[in-house]
Amino acid sequence: MSARKRGTAVPTSAAPASAVVPAASLIPADAPFPKAAKVALGMPQLRKNLAHATGTIRAKRAKVAGELDDWEHLRDSAAAIKADVQHRLPELAIEFERNAIAAGATVHWARDGAEANRIAVRIVREAGAEEVVKVKSMATQEIELNEYFEAQGLRAFETDLAELIVQLAEDRPSHILVPAIHYNRTEIRDIFDQRMGDAPAGLTDDPAALAEAARLHLRRRFLSAKVAVSGANFAVAETGSLVVVESEGNGRMCLTMPETLISIVGIEKLLPRFEDLEVFMQLLPRSSTGERMNPYTSVWTGSREGDGPRDVHVILLDNGRTRVLEDEVGRQALSCIRCSACLNVCPVYERTGGHAYGHVYPGPIGAILAPQLEPGRHDDLPYASSLCGACYEVCPVKIDIPEVLVHLRQQGPHAAGEQAAMGAAKAVMARPRLWRTALRAARLGSLPWRRKGFVRRLPWPGSRWTVSRDLPVPPKEDFRSWWKERQR
Amino acid sequence: MSGSGEGGAREEILARMRRALSDAGEAPEAPREYRRALDPQTDVVAMLIDRLLDYKANVHHGVEAIAEALDGEARVVVPADLPREWRIGGAEFIPDGPFATDAYLSTEDLDGMDAVLTGCAAAVAVSGTIMLDAGAAQGRRAITLVPDRHVVVLKREQIVGHLAEALPRLDPRAPQTWISGPSATSDIELQRVEGVHGPRRLDVVLLED
Repeated sequence: MSARKRGTAVPTSAAPASAVVPAASLIPADAPFPKAAKVALGMPQLRKNLAHATGTIRAKRAKVAGELDDWEHLRDSAAAIKADVQHRLPELAIEFERNAIAAGATVHWARDGAEANRIAVRIVREAGAEEVVKVKSMATQEIELNEYFEAQGLRAFETDLAELIVQLAEDRPSHILVPAIHYNRTEIRDIFDQRMGDAPAGLTDDPAALAEAARLHLRRRFLSAKVAVSGANFAVAETGSLVVVESEGNGRMCLTMPETLISIVGIEKLLPRFEDLEVFMQLLPRSSTGERMNPYTSVWTGSREGDGPRDVHVILLDNGRTRVLEDEVGRQALSCIRCSACLNVCPVYERTGGHAYGHVYPGPIGAILAPQLEPGRHDDLPYASSLCGACYEVCPVKIDIPEVLVHLRQQGPHAAGEQAAMGAAKAVMARPRLWRTALRAARLGSLPWRRKGFVRRLPWPGSRWTVSRDLPVPPKEDFRSWWKERQR
Repeated sequence: MSGSGEGGAREEILARMRRALSDAGEAPEAPREYRRALDPQTDVVAMLIDRLLDYKANVHHGVEAIAEALDGEARVVVPADLPREWRIGGAEFIPDGPFATDAYLSTEDLDGMDAVLTGCAAAVAVSGTIMLDAGAAQGRRAITLVPDRHVVVLKREQIVGHLAEALPRLDPRAPQTWISGPSATSDIELQRVEGVHGPRRLDVVLLED
């Protein structure tokens, strides 16, 4: 089946009652980026949904970021605070642990995702529970906690609206902030209608009605849940506090109502001081949802008698982060606060969507994070970029994503053919006479395409290049002869 | 209590960090040239009201307006230490608190409440944020979460212009909730719609004197 034919199977708003087809099932997860991207590009509804959503959020972000006349100072501070955290990670992690324990939390350490999952399952079993409610968390996506829970006979219910949509559709997230960004309202209505079980009769695609359906669907579960699993946006070393930033109140429900709370926190989430929130809580909401402030932010420190969960656990997660820390250039990827601004401005992400990246972190940040977290598995992602630099301009913590992309391209493997071609080019360029001859040959050889200005297809092995690019025709006169003429 | 010992994970992760940073040197001191306050001539009350209305919260003025803000709701949960003079209007006020006479309500009881009436710790004008830190007249987190309507009484001296002015007013180790408008979501086509799991109506009563 060709990519184009597969693409037409996606439900469109013109066919409201069509069966739910999860987008991720159409885009091969383990295929290299160019192959997966090609499939995504052949899905017109997907591209329309992405263009609409990313366009909306770009405008909102630009407006609220523009309201602050000290935005660049905030970015400078955020980048420097995060760099400081990376340099002092062992000390800050120990300080966080000490303060969290003093406040009544239990702190665990997990070398990798499997270890974090095992610890979480053990805590759930000890609490006598068989299911958990979940706050949206990238760390738990990364370690595939839901899948592990299911394999262990436990159930994990996503409660964020977009995560709920993705879970009901049996799809995979395609965006860091809005995992269901690839669905429009009509598709979401169909998913609720067919998969929710208790969707109100006659449900319309009005976003308010869809939000109401989610409220009714999850209400009982929130009020009766014994255990919740969350991530955290920030972990404050000075106080041992965790911070969760959200909109819907599902986070507050999970963080407040159950008896037991398990928070899985990447070690890079640390901040030295509570006061540092004055920087990050200005940058994060404006960069992510384009709001002056998100509706709800929860801060908690261990447990407190009579207020919220009594049994509070924090799992500090490495899972490749210390390896990223080793790379002087690459470690700035650990500054990421998961706002998604870089996805929303990326010309590549806007057209392919998140699934094509084949990793839980898509877009520009994913292109530098995935290959570092899982070395050898995503070496094609640093090439999923035109290096236009829009991501760097919007990044609230000033991660120089293009710099890291180029750095990773240099470090990554290069095919024998490419190495041979580059070796030959080097040999020719090192010899001026040979280089002049080569240029002349190129000019003559490209004569038939002179009027068109570019070559669409080269014969093999040049076809490997032209499969996704046009080859510009060399100009009539090269610099050397122009210079020679001028010197006369 | 700590469960850090599983198979030496803690020591191994710390060793990995130290190894990764062995020749990293020290990070320079972070610059802090950003604003920590608004221009002194800013009318922070007007700005706060503008932001609250933008979030589709309702704004009322004066202690008598509490009754109006409660809008005929019959059963209203209040923190046990809520000032008596705020309990006005026709509602039945049901206290929730750690005192012998006012035990904590069960989740079922809480779910049966029509509204909650509390004070707050601080409010930030520039972002329209109301902050609770479990201090006086605020109660535990669950009471401001489960009922569908939250009425917050805000005193003039609790309003600051900038986030950086508000943080020192909070107890950093207390459970905090920062509230900017009623519950909302942007998950459908990235358009904000109000009303998901938290209170779907937020009313702020300003006491200006």
